[in-house]
Amino acid sequence: MSVKAPPTERRLRSAPSKGVGRSAPPWGTLALFLAPAFLLYAIFMVIPLVQALFFSLFEWTGTARGGFVGFRNFGELFGRFPLNEQLPRDLWHNVIFFIGTMAIQVSLGLLFAVLLQGKRYGKSFLRTTYVLPFMISPLVVGYVWSLILNPTFGPVNSTLRSIGLDSLARPWLGDPTTAFPVVILVNVWYWLGFPMLLFAAGLAAIPEDYSEAASIDGAGAWQTFRHVTLPLLTPVFGTVAILTFIRSFNVFGLVWSLAGVDGNPAGATDVLGLLFYRTAFRGGVDAFGVASALAVVMFAIIFGVSMLARWWFNRLEEGLT
Amino acid sequence: MTAVSHRAGRKKRSAAQVAIPIFMWGYAAIVLAPLLLVVLNSFRTTREIFAEPLGLPTSISFDSYTTAWNEASFSQYFVNSLTITVASVVLATGTAVFAAYALGRYKFRGSTFLSIFFLSGLLLPFRLAIMPLFLLLESLGLIDSRIGLVLVYAATGVPFSVFILSSYFRQLPVELTEAARIDGAGEFKIFGRVMLPLVRPALATVAVFQFVPLWNDFFFPLVLLRSTSKWTLPVGMTRFFGEFQSDWSTLFAGILITLLPLVILFLIATKQIIAGLTAGIGKM
Repeated sequence: MSVKAPPTERRLRSAPSKGVGRSAPPWGTLALFLAPAFLLYAIFMVIPLVQALFFSLFEWTGTARGGFVGFRNFGELFGRFPLNEQLPRDLWHNVIFFIGTMAIQVSLGLLFAVLLQGKRYGKSFLRTTYVLPFMISPLVVGYVWSLILNPTFGPVNSTLRSIGLDSLARPWLGDPTTAFPVVILVNVWYWLGFPMLLFAAGLAAIPEDYSEAASIDGAGAWQTFRHVTLPLLTPVFGTVAILTFIRSFNVFGLVWSLAGVDGNPAGATDVLGLLFYRTAFRGGVDAFGVASALAVVMFAIIFGVSMLARWWFNRLEEGLT
Repeated sequence: MTAVSHRAGRKKRSAAQVAIPIFMWGYAAIVLAPLLLVVLNSFRTTREIFAEPLGLPTSISFDSYTTAWNEASFSQYFVNSLTITVASVVLATGTAVFAAYALGRYKFRGSTFLSIFFLSGLLLPFRLAIMPLFLLLESLGLIDSRIGLVLVYAATGVPFSVFILSSYFRQLPVELTEAARIDGAGEFKIFGRVMLPLVRPALATVAVFQFVPLWNDFFFPLVLLRSTSKWTLPVGMTRFFGEFQSDWSTLFAGILITLLPLVILFLIATKQIIAGLTAGIGKM
């Protein structure tokens, strides 16, 4: 081809040549390249996801599908006891979980990213350490912390008792007032390294001239940070917020291992992920229908809010430039 | 007056110079303490742990590890986790690299649509598809089957692998393949001999990046596997914590067995993992 069509070749040579744009091989060859991944992904991921939306509109008896019932499953989901009480409660818990995680993680993550910016003794050790928990299974994180916070044999309470603070020792995960805050803090311990890395990458991408220019104009370190650095980090805030939101609404294994499948004590730590699992696999005979309705609701929340947030942050970014 | 404020400023700075490292190493201690506790307590007897939750092992005993490995079936869970995770990563990467080549190197009718189609998988809360997936695997006779789980896992890995690999292929200069083409090499030969060796670093990143979330996953084996002999480490952990409730020494050993492969992987591939995470894809 390159011999027959010299102009094309010259164009490819003169421009920094990338592989894109050259005439494609025959369809058969392309299909052979694309088919395995396409089929795997379509059959085991895309089709089930699309089906999940339709499942909610049918009557289910066990795993056998009956006729079309419109929105009856949604009626059951919002009206039947105890779902009608658990659903709003768990939705609220997920919102609190998101806000709590986000508040601590953004402030601490950004602070660590800033502090790790310059030359610092042990910098790469510290960074690796902060990210390390993120590699662990949420289930293991939860079990480790449930042992540490164990009311009788856990090191937290035993330390409090040994320094004379007996009154502070309590069943951290058994007390409805402390259980959920503790779950959120454990989640922060688990996940903090990730926003820190994103902020660090964001900071590294800011050209040094910007802060130099600001300091020549007489701005102090804090003013430069507040009025130059922070606005430039808007896209990173957006990414952190959206990923934290998605993750907060998907949380499952961490709460399971800290508080059991029912989100103990008395549902104080229950979240939508656990509710979905219980409804689908420990529910009654029409479980598949009601759980599918719940899946649609969760899907709408997760997908809808993250799209809205993406749009809002894009506008915010445009407003800044 | 300027001298005073200057001195105050210097004092402040030196206070910060002390406070910041204390703060940072203090937080590092909070991160490491639980993990250190797991290691130390796995070498102590349960009686010692209950008497004194914080303490150093008096003698190094591997009894807890033998109990966890043999009696608590961790040997079985470990082998299951390893085979399922490795097979899934190989299948996902192995199929995705072909698709990524076609999408990264060529423009053809539908190529943009296909790219978006693959990319959209990164954004969707896939767990919510568990019921249709359950019925699909049931109809294929793949419930309570490790193969079924591998197929599901591999499918979840495809979008990410295609995304990363196709952007790698896109960056390779066209001259590389021209010579081979003039020599009359076919598309598969060019792919295998010329292109594949060049994307090896990307393949490693993609493989490491899929390994972690799959090794850690709890939801899919919980729903799709029934016999305990097929369970992976996270699901086995739930049964283990019920059965060995009062044997903390063994609990800590079991936790360490589950953790260790990931910690080692992370320390070997810190650079790749941090680079991947920084790219902003919070898959884990």
